[in-house]
Amino acid sequence: MKLFRWMLAVGLFGVLGTAQAEVKADPNLARNLAATCANCHGTDGKAVAGSGAEALAGTDKAKLLQKLMDFRSGAKPATIMHQISKGYTEAQLELVAEYFATRK
Amino acid sequence: MWDRREFLKGAALAGGSVALPGLSGCTIGSKARGHVVVVGGGFGGATVAKYLRMWSQQGVDVTLVERNPQFISCPISNLVISGDKQMSDITLSYDGLRNTWGVKVLQDTVTAVDAAARKVTLASGGVLSYDRLVLSPGVEFMYDQVPGLESEAARDSVLHAWKAGPQTAALRKQLESMQDGGVYALTIPKAPYRCPPGPYERACLVANYLQKAKPKSKVLVLDANEEITSKKGLFTKAFEKYKGILEYRPNSELREVDVASRIAVLEFDKVKADVLNVVPPQRAGDVAAKSGLKLINNRWVDVDWLSFESVNTAGVHVIGDAIFPAPTMPKSGHMANQHAKVTAAAILNLLAGEAPSPAPLVMNTCYSFVDSKNVIHVASVHQYDAAKKTVMPVAGAGGVSAAANELEGKYALAWARNIWADMLV
Repeated sequence: MKLFRWMLAVGLFGVLGTAQAEVKADPNLARNLAATCANCHGTDGKAVAGSGAEALAGTDKAKLLQKLMDFRSGAKPATIMHQISKGYTEAQLELVAEYFATRK
Repeated sequence: MWDRREFLKGAALAGGSVALPGLSGCTIGSKARGHVVVVGGGFGGATVAKYLRMWSQQGVDVTLVERNPQFISCPISNLVISGDKQMSDITLSYDGLRNTWGVKVLQDTVTAVDAAARKVTLASGGVLSYDRLVLSPGVEFMYDQVPGLESEAARDSVLHAWKAGPQTAALRKQLESMQDGGVYALTIPKAPYRCPPGPYERACLVANYLQKAKPKSKVLVLDANEEITSKKGLFTKAFEKYKGILEYRPNSELREVDVASRIAVLEFDKVKADVLNVVPPQRAGDVAAKSGLKLINNRWVDVDWLSFESVNTAGVHVIGDAIFPAPTMPKSGHMANQHAKVTAAAILNLLAGEAPSPAPLVMNTCYSFVDSKNVIHVASVHQYDAAKKTVMPVAGAGGVSAAANELEGKYALAWARNIWADMLV
């Protein structure tokens, strides 16, 4: 039953065409990926004031992406972010950076 | 599924909520409408309640059923046991969920789930109807595997303190009352259990307290596992620092407890303690384990990893410690919070008549104190694998601290404040 519903949804995307289906596939992907950061960096990147965690909301996209990529390559030393950033693809990090840049 | 009256009710709610936070930050509209009942207000349940309201722009009604009046955090509770923190430091209110997010929080327990009729019965006698149900009940202790701890009186004397609350404060009192030269023994069940590094952190922190306050005392760690189950190298180093006060014994499964004499009966040995702290084997909480949901090993709920919906019971999602974990996935508060977000996103899609996101990702960060200030971490990232239909650790990602350090001590407390806010504020 559940499988049937999903097959139906996938089938509908097929009818709509590939380009649209890619957009349609997961409009919430950036939001969902960014939510994985909130445990340490606050809901929507708004860290608790004075907690010592870096707030990410409103950070320039290019700056944040560069920082994440530097953690990922090992160019920027860290206690933990070098290990976590390696778990995300560059495309996923770009979505995350873009999402936080738009949070005010 | 689509119900015009429900839709209009939801639309009216959404329209009337422009002043509430969460709306301003959202750029993506949500068509989801309906009523979600969440059972259990811990790291999983509180987070899913908040995120359902936030991401639906208040379009979905959420009722949270929680038996306790306040949230008490297991993470950081070992610092209360060691005297470094107070109960008030780990106790938080549900008022943020009520007032900021419009979650209806009921102090009650669910006694029955009727998945066919999509209704739950409350201990107080009421009945709640739902479109989607989320169970986040945490763990139940399997006392049938610990002979000697059948009675409430025995359990009040030989504590677990593995659910933060009155037992946390009671264990602290037992340690304060113990004479210098006494023995604190901690038994660890076979994995999987809630919070893999937790027992080793507790052993370190109690040793740290005793070293300062009662230096003739001993900490005995009786581990049913054949080796330290998490951060092994780092905890081994920490244990070396407590040499003379802390002794670690692997392959030491608890068989029975003699409560009157405070003796832990092992297979080949009997250990007498002044403070005996038994962390019993665990399974999914009753509301999940006894509602007809498919279990694995008769202990943990089998879920679909795209939605955390039970594989055999439509409309019932299960998150947190109660589920059968994906490969290398720990039972942690952090992970429960991550389950909650995948589930909130999936439920909002389902309530809008859409499929869940096809590529969920979750990650874990766990900090452990080895003394009052120095901390070690383990981190991992887990990505859904469509071919395997489960969530797999991302190769090359994650890892542990190079060594215990004070900077991560600060980050650990920052983590706690932010995750508590992420679920409750």
